[in-house]
Amino acid sequence: MSTLAIDKGGPTRKVKYRSMSRDRTWALRWSYFFLVLFAIFSLTPPIYMLITSLKSSAEISAATNPWWVFHPTLSNYVELLTSNQFLRFFWNSAIVSIVVVMVTMLISIPAAFALARMKFWGSTTLATGVFLTYLIPDSLLFIPLFKMLAVVQDLTGITLLNRWYVLLFIYPTLTVPFCTWIMIGYFASIPKELDEAALIDGASWLQTLTRIFIPVALPGLIAATIFAFTVSWAQFLYPLVFTTSVDQLVLPVGITTTLIKGDVFNWGQIMTGALLGAAPPLIIYAFLMDYYIAGLTAGATKG
Amino acid sequence: MADVVVEQGRSVRAASPRKRTSLHNALRRKSTVAFFLTLPLILLIALLVLYPAFYSAHLAMLNKSMQKFVGLSNFTFLFKRDTFWMVVRQSCIFAITAVFFKALLGFIVAHFVHNLPAKGQRKWRGMLLVPWVIPPAMSTLAWLWLFDPSYSAFNYTLSFFGIGPIPWLGDTFWARFSVILVNVWYGAPFFMIMYLAALKSVPDQLYEAAAIDGANWWQRIWYVTLPMMRNIIAITTLFSLIVTFANFDIVRILTSGGPLDSTHIFATWAFQVGIQSSDIPLGACVSLFMVPILAVAAIFILRDVSKRGNEA
Repeated sequence: MSTLAIDKGGPTRKVKYRSMSRDRTWALRWSYFFLVLFAIFSLTPPIYMLITSLKSSAEISAATNPWWVFHPTLSNYVELLTSNQFLRFFWNSAIVSIVVVMVTMLISIPAAFALARMKFWGSTTLATGVFLTYLIPDSLLFIPLFKMLAVVQDLTGITLLNRWYVLLFIYPTLTVPFCTWIMIGYFASIPKELDEAALIDGASWLQTLTRIFIPVALPGLIAATIFAFTVSWAQFLYPLVFTTSVDQLVLPVGITTTLIKGDVFNWGQIMTGALLGAAPPLIIYAFLMDYYIAGLTAGATKG
Repeated sequence: MADVVVEQGRSVRAASPRKRTSLHNALRRKSTVAFFLTLPLILLIALLVLYPAFYSAHLAMLNKSMQKFVGLSNFTFLFKRDTFWMVVRQSCIFAITAVFFKALLGFIVAHFVHNLPAKGQRKWRGMLLVPWVIPPAMSTLAWLWLFDPSYSAFNYTLSFFGIGPIPWLGDTFWARFSVILVNVWYGAPFFMIMYLAALKSVPDQLYEAAAIDGANWWQRIWYVTLPMMRNIIAITTLFSLIVTFANFDIVRILTSGGPLDSTHIFATWAFQVGIQSSDIPLGACVSLFMVPILAVAAIFILRDVSKRGNEA
């Protein structure tokens, strides 16, 4: 009886074990196979950008294999990086994004601190309101904002339309709600004992914020900064609506409008410009991937 | 040594009454401090988000030169136009199809990445997230070039398989297909990252228990993974629905609404009517049609947020 049971137990366990490990290897092989397919799908456009940017106009219009560069040249890069117009776009984009990041942090860190730690009348409503604002898309607001800018311009005589600095006021509407929201999450996760200790030691609220909260929540701060920078760098609709003169454009709008002259597409330069425009977020992402992903997931897991 | 200690004690005692009043003041002023800390946020939201949102409703009820109040006649004018109904239909097709495929693709890819040994996951995740990192306006230009009518690299490749040149952006069906394809390409990595994070939080014991009970891989997904991830799937989908519904960059750069307005969605049509044809009231009117779906999605998201708040 007992030998029978052992006999029965032996082979089934062995078979099951082998089939499970075989399942596992096959699952792994399939995973790699499909992931390679998805990776090709994901990376085709950026790689094609790179390929085209290394070609001369003659090669682009020749009937050769488009996936290969036969005579690599850097002339597109040289031409763009020495053109005042392109450098102007880059400069506009850089200054707008950097200032917007600073404005965003100055607004959202104190607000998030107050909403996370100082329970006051309406604080929960305000926190929910901030989150709801994040859901209001730019494509709903660009027309009234355009009209508002025109009205303010008429009333005060300050030129607002067709000036890049107006983006400094508009972009924070896209960055501040999300940054405040994730900073509330990070601040709320700091143990209460820390700031109680600081208060007992005689720190003011502002000192608690700058000496305790900001250093402790630094990873969250970096994630929010990256988010704000990426959003301001990539924003396309607002600059397209609010700015038109060539010297006021930011990079995405500049590339899509000025490098296309009439119906002539200079694809080598367009792709070079697009690649250079994609470079700053890509470089940040390459070095700070974990913060980038933390910011991405914090937004939705907290909300 | 002792002097120092005494001195310290005295200074503390001397300071304590002042400290208590300042503490009292701080307590009394806590709401004041909080008010000043949140004031910039409140001003920003009130002036540049809430006010324009209501102003938009006001604008939608003016005539084209914005001098006369015309009530709802802009809306009735829109209802009579075929283009408007085409835009409504296309917006819904675009958003629902794109979100569905983004969610599906993201789920599948997340599973495959999750299957890999932990060491290699980072590399793959990094590679697959690239579409989300590139500014959409830039990457859409690359797609535009890939779809180029005469030099399309896709058509070049497909010609080896005997598939004739596809009019990627010239034909109504293919143009609609292309804008959805680009949107899926751009948005699927976001779902992948979300699902991957959610997959990692499903406890292994559940899978072990299911395996012991003899569940196959499909049953494991259906009865373990999906119920555990229900929340994150719901919220990511709603988020994405809002963003996709309000999309502008991809359609604008790829087709500008063409051919024959067949790929216009609310945002691009509102831009064309409101800014390019400078009929601001009508443009505002078009963009307002995004509000109902946004409101529904927002209510669902908000319900989830408050539920989480109660759990925590």
